[in-house]
Amino acid sequence: MCFSCFTQNFWNLLVLGLADGFLYALVAIGYTLVYGVLQLINFAHSEVFMSGAFAGYFILNGLIGTGSPHGLSSVAYVVIGIAGGACGGGVIAFLLERVAYRPLRRRHAPRLAFLISAIGASFFLYNLAGKEFGRDAVEIPAPFTNGPVFSIFGAQVTTYYIVIAVSAIAMLVILDRVVAGTRLGKGLRAVAQDAETASLMGVNIDRVVSQTFVLGGLLGGAAGFLFGLNTGVVYTMGFTPALKAFTAAVLGGIGNLRGAMVGGLLLGVVENFGAGLFGTQWRDVVSFGILVLVLLVRPTGLLGERLGRSA
Amino acid sequence: MSLLQLVDLDVRYGAIQALSAVSVEVQQGEIVALLGANGAGKTTTLRTISGLARPWKGSVLFAGQEIHRLPPHEVVGLGVGHVPEGRRIFPQMSVQENLEMGAYRRRGNLSQDMERVYALFPVLKQRRRQDGGTLSGGEQQMLAIGRALMSDPRLLLLDEPSMGLAPLVVETIFSIIEQIRSSGTTILLVEQNAVQALQLADRGYVLENGRVVMADQAGVLLNDQRVRAAYLGEGAA
Ligand SMILES: Nc1ncnc2c1ncn2[C@@H]1O[C@H](COP(=O)(O)OP(=O)(O)O)[C@@H](O)[C@H]1O
Ligand SMILES: [Mg+2]
Repeated sequence: MCFSCFTQNFWNLLVLGLADGFLYALVAIGYTLVYGVLQLINFAHSEVFMSGAFAGYFILNGLIGTGSPHGLSSVAYVVIGIAGGACGGGVIAFLLERVAYRPLRRRHAPRLAFLISAIGASFFLYNLAGKEFGRDAVEIPAPFTNGPVFSIFGAQVTTYYIVIAVSAIAMLVILDRVVAGTRLGKGLRAVAQDAETASLMGVNIDRVVSQTFVLGGLLGGAAGFLFGLNTGVVYTMGFTPALKAFTAAVLGGIGNLRGAMVGGLLLGVVENFGAGLFGTQWRDVVSFGILVLVLLVRPTGLLGERLGRSA
Repeated sequence: MSLLQLVDLDVRYGAIQALSAVSVEVQQGEIVALLGANGAGKTTTLRTISGLARPWKGSVLFAGQEIHRLPPHEVVGLGVGHVPEGRRIFPQMSVQENLEMGAYRRRGNLSQDMERVYALFPVLKQRRRQDGGTLSGGEQQMLAIGRALMSDPRLLLLDEPSMGLAPLVVETIFSIIEQIRSSGTTILLVEQNAVQALQLADRGYVLENGRVVMADQAGVLLNDQRVRAAYLGEGAA
C-alpha cells in the first residue's frame, strides 16, 4: 500500500474515477431499468455495450477513415459516433428482449431459464462479433485530437474526459426527464410498481418492456462507443465493464435510477482510489470486492429499490 | 340493450375450476350486485371481463362485441373501467399521477375529467401532490375509483370497494357509486357487504363455488330467506 502515491495523485484519480464512473452509470441504468420492470438481470447487457462500440467504429471508420478532424467537425463526429453507438445498442437490446426473453415470459418460465438464456445470448453475440469482425482489437478513428484542456489542482482534464462528462450528463438528464414526464416514463413506472394494474389502466406491458430495453440499450451502446474510443473495440470488450456497471447498479440499489447514477460514479471513483492506494493491478479486485460486500451487507444497495419514483 | 353479457363462462386456474357456466347480464344504466362468500368467484368474474383472466369456455360480450380474447389494455379502451380488489394504487406516484394513469389511453385535455373526479372526491384534490401510498384506506379507495373514472368508462367494475373501511367511509363510497350511475355509467358491483349492495343495486346475482345460484331483483334478494341466512348474517331458517 502506498498512501503517498494516493495523496499525490488524488485529483488525477478523482478525474479518472469520474470519467469511468459516468460510463458505468450509463451502463448501470440499462440493468436497473430492466430489473425495475421485469425483476430480471439482463446479463447479456455486456453485448449491448460491445455492439454500441462496433456500431460507432464502423460509422466513424466510414466517415473519417484516415483523416483527423478538428473544430466543429470533431463535435459532429462525436455526436454521430454516440448516436451510432446508441442505435447499435438499442437495436441489440430490442432483439435480445424479443428473442431471448419474451418467449420465456410468455411461458412463465422460472428465473433460472432467463439467466441461462441471457448467458446463451451473450455467448452467441460476442462469438458472432468475433467471427464477423475479427478477433483483434481495432481502433476507432479519433473524432478529435485528445489533449489536456485545463487542469484542476494539477490534474489534467483532457478532451476525452470532457466529451464523456458532457455527453453522459446530457443523456442522464434526458433520461431523467423521459422517466419523470413522458407517457413512456409513466407507463414504465406504473409497470415497475404494479404491472397488472398498469395493464388495467391501458398500458401495453409488452410495449413498455420493449421500450425499456431500448432505452437501456441506447445508453449502454453510447457508453460502449465512448469506452471504445480509449480502449479500442474487440468482441470480448463488454464483459468486465458491464460486470462493473452491474456492481454499480447493485451498489446504488438495483431498480433505482438515481441509484444507478450515484452507484456508477461512486464505483468509478472508489475503484481508481483503490488502484492509487494498492496499485493498478488491484483495480478489478476493489470493484468486485465491493460487489460481494454490498450483496452480503446491504443487498438493496445504498438507495434501495424504487424505479417507481419519478426522481 | 344489454351492455355486458357473460355467457356460460368457465374459468380455471390450473386444476382449480373458479367459475362454472356463469352467465350474467348487465343492462345499460343499471347497478348490478355480484354477491357471494369468500372464494365464490366474484373477483375471477371481474378479471375475466377486463381480460386479466381467460375463459376456458364461454364468452364475454361488451356492447355486443366479443372481448374475451382481448388483452386488458384494449378492454379498458373500449370503455370498461376496473377498480381492482385491494385498490392497487400506484404507491410511489402522486394522487394526480395516479389519476393521469387512469387516462393513459386517452389523448387531449383531461383537466375537465380531473376536475370532475376532484368534485366527487374533494379530499383527493387536497392531497393531489401526495404519494398514493401515504393515503388512508378510504382515500385510496376513492383514488382507485377516481382513477378508473378517468378512463371515461361506460361500465365500471368495482371489486369490494367497502373492504376494510369504516362504516361512515363506506356510506360515502356507496353514495358516490349512486352518483356515478346517475351520471350515466353502468356499474357491476362486487360486494360481501350484501345489505348495502342490494339496497343500492337494481338487480343481483349470488355466486357459490363458482356457480350462479340466484339471480333476481335486488329487493327480492334482500328479502329472500336463503340470502338472508347465508349473506346477511341471520341464522338459517
Ligand atoms: N391466482 C389464482 N390461482 C389459483 N387459484 C385461484 C387464483 N385466484 C383465485 N383462485 C381460486 O379461485 C376461486 C375463486 O376466487 P375469487 O374469484 O378470488 O373469489 P372471490 O373474489 O369471490 O373471493 C377460489 O377458490 C380461489 O382460491
Ligand atoms: Mg375477491
